[in-house]
Amino acid sequence: MRLRSRTQRKVADRAARVVMVPAALAGIAVLAWILWEVISRGAGALNLDFFTQLPTPPGMEGGGLANAILGTLLMTVLATVIGTPVGLMAGIYLAEFGTTSRLATAVRFTTNLLMGTPSIIVGIFVYALIVLRTGHFSGWAGGVALAILMLPVVLRTTEDMLNLVPDELRESALALGAPRWRATLTVVFRAAKTGLVTGILLAVARVSGETAPLLFTALNSFYWPETISEPTANLTVTIFNYAMSPYADWQQKAWGASLLITVGILIVTVLSRFTLRDRKSRTWSR
Amino acid sequence: MNRAGSAEEARSLPSKVSVRNLNFYYGGQQALFDNNIDIPEKRVTAIIGPSGCGKSTHIRVYNRIYELYRTHRAEGQVVIDGKNILLPSVDLIDLRKRVGMIFQRPTPFPMTIFDNIAYGLKLHYRVGRTELSDRVEDALKRGALWDEVKDKLGEPANALSGGQQQRLCIARAIATEPELILMDEPCSAIDPVATAKIEDLIQTLRDNYTVVLVTHNMQQAARVSDFTAFFYKGYIIEFGATKQIFTNPAERETEDYITGRFG
Repeated sequence: MRLRSRTQRKVADRAARVVMVPAALAGIAVLAWILWEVISRGAGALNLDFFTQLPTPPGMEGGGLANAILGTLLMTVLATVIGTPVGLMAGIYLAEFGTTSRLATAVRFTTNLLMGTPSIIVGIFVYALIVLRTGHFSGWAGGVALAILMLPVVLRTTEDMLNLVPDELRESALALGAPRWRATLTVVFRAAKTGLVTGILLAVARVSGETAPLLFTALNSFYWPETISEPTANLTVTIFNYAMSPYADWQQKAWGASLLITVGILIVTVLSRFTLRDRKSRTWSR
Repeated sequence: MNRAGSAEEARSLPSKVSVRNLNFYYGGQQALFDNNIDIPEKRVTAIIGPSGCGKSTHIRVYNRIYELYRTHRAEGQVVIDGKNILLPSVDLIDLRKRVGMIFQRPTPFPMTIFDNIAYGLKLHYRVGRTELSDRVEDALKRGALWDEVKDKLGEPANALSGGQQQRLCIARAIATEPELILMDEPCSAIDPVATAKIEDLIQTLRDNYTVVLVTHNMQQAARVSDFTAFFYKGYIIEFGATKQIFTNPAERETEDYITGRFG
């Protein structure tokens, strides 16, 4: 038996690093590039009017995207209000009650499929389901489409976070004589709380940048969303329309909207990172 | 300190738990075989044996906590206060109020120290605010934790040390006034000083409660228990007064185990 060559190992180690570090940097570089472009081209479009005024017809200077900002917020909130409770409850079912039952296995499988479903297909689905039946595009339809996209994300993170709660904690609550539902809501849920919030925030971040499902459901509008039963303005479809337009002013507004969405998603993501860090230091430790 | 009972005493004492022909299955795998034992009332009974011999499995039947897992199944009779608790008609919430449990690792709930103790109380009693704080204080005193936490009842229980957390769990279990307290290796995750405190606490508990203590630590069994059962491969090999089990065991396996020949 001969000793392996130390030099050979060191060379292999170096080589591996030389290959992997640039690959890792490439990931950051792309993100940095996108940020740079969006900021440098979009920052100029952001002024008070952008946040407070309605869009102007092409060729007319000024105006803003206040209606689209409001519409995006409305539909994201609507999606969260619909998608979060359903996702949370389904996740509780999977982690706490269904576990290995046939129904739970089926739900898990379909959730994975839903997670991988292209968002445009969800858009077309809601188009057929709501827009065709009601006869017009609406913010409702947009909210429902976004909710469908949120659902699997919330569901999976809920299940994962509840699974991280040690069985002993469940057993302790039950051993004190707590009914199952009460142990789940008052002890298990609380132990997983910050993780659940993180999951919801990530789901919000994910859908707030979606364009395709809104294109078929909320469409877009130049006016204030007075009710969400009508086509509703939103940032992403506005970006899509404005960026494709031949007008320099619209193109610049598209950049501005892109910057706004990017920053918004960044804030939500960073926020979720913070709650996650908080969770590590505070909740149930072994 | 050790008031280890005698074999005669074991027979003469009223039993809190009478186990008859208990078999237990994890799915298709049998873990307990024909367990028969009478746990004497208001005494500390230790359960010893090598890892995987069924010690924990055995006491997890007493409060039917194993039912959390759908593949786990118990057959036979476990009579507590004259009632076979394995019957489907038994009210689990009532059973678990009477049978408290302490786990290997401390399991403080993610809430304040006060709320941890109040949790079990509020499950079973309608209590006003002043009575609640009296009861919490009383439980913490009986859990030998009051002096250390009386100024920080509003702080999260997770901030306590491991040993304090475990005493908190004992206080939490005591608060609901159980008659029987099951302890599943309560000191295995705790340092020696904290262990000594918990052992002292167990000594004081035997005046009011029946305690069943699963332990892999034979010195601990010898120090705190009146009676000892030796488990091996799912069978109860021997049960008797602690002094007798440790000085003059009747069975060969028991002797081999306590002299350190295996396990």
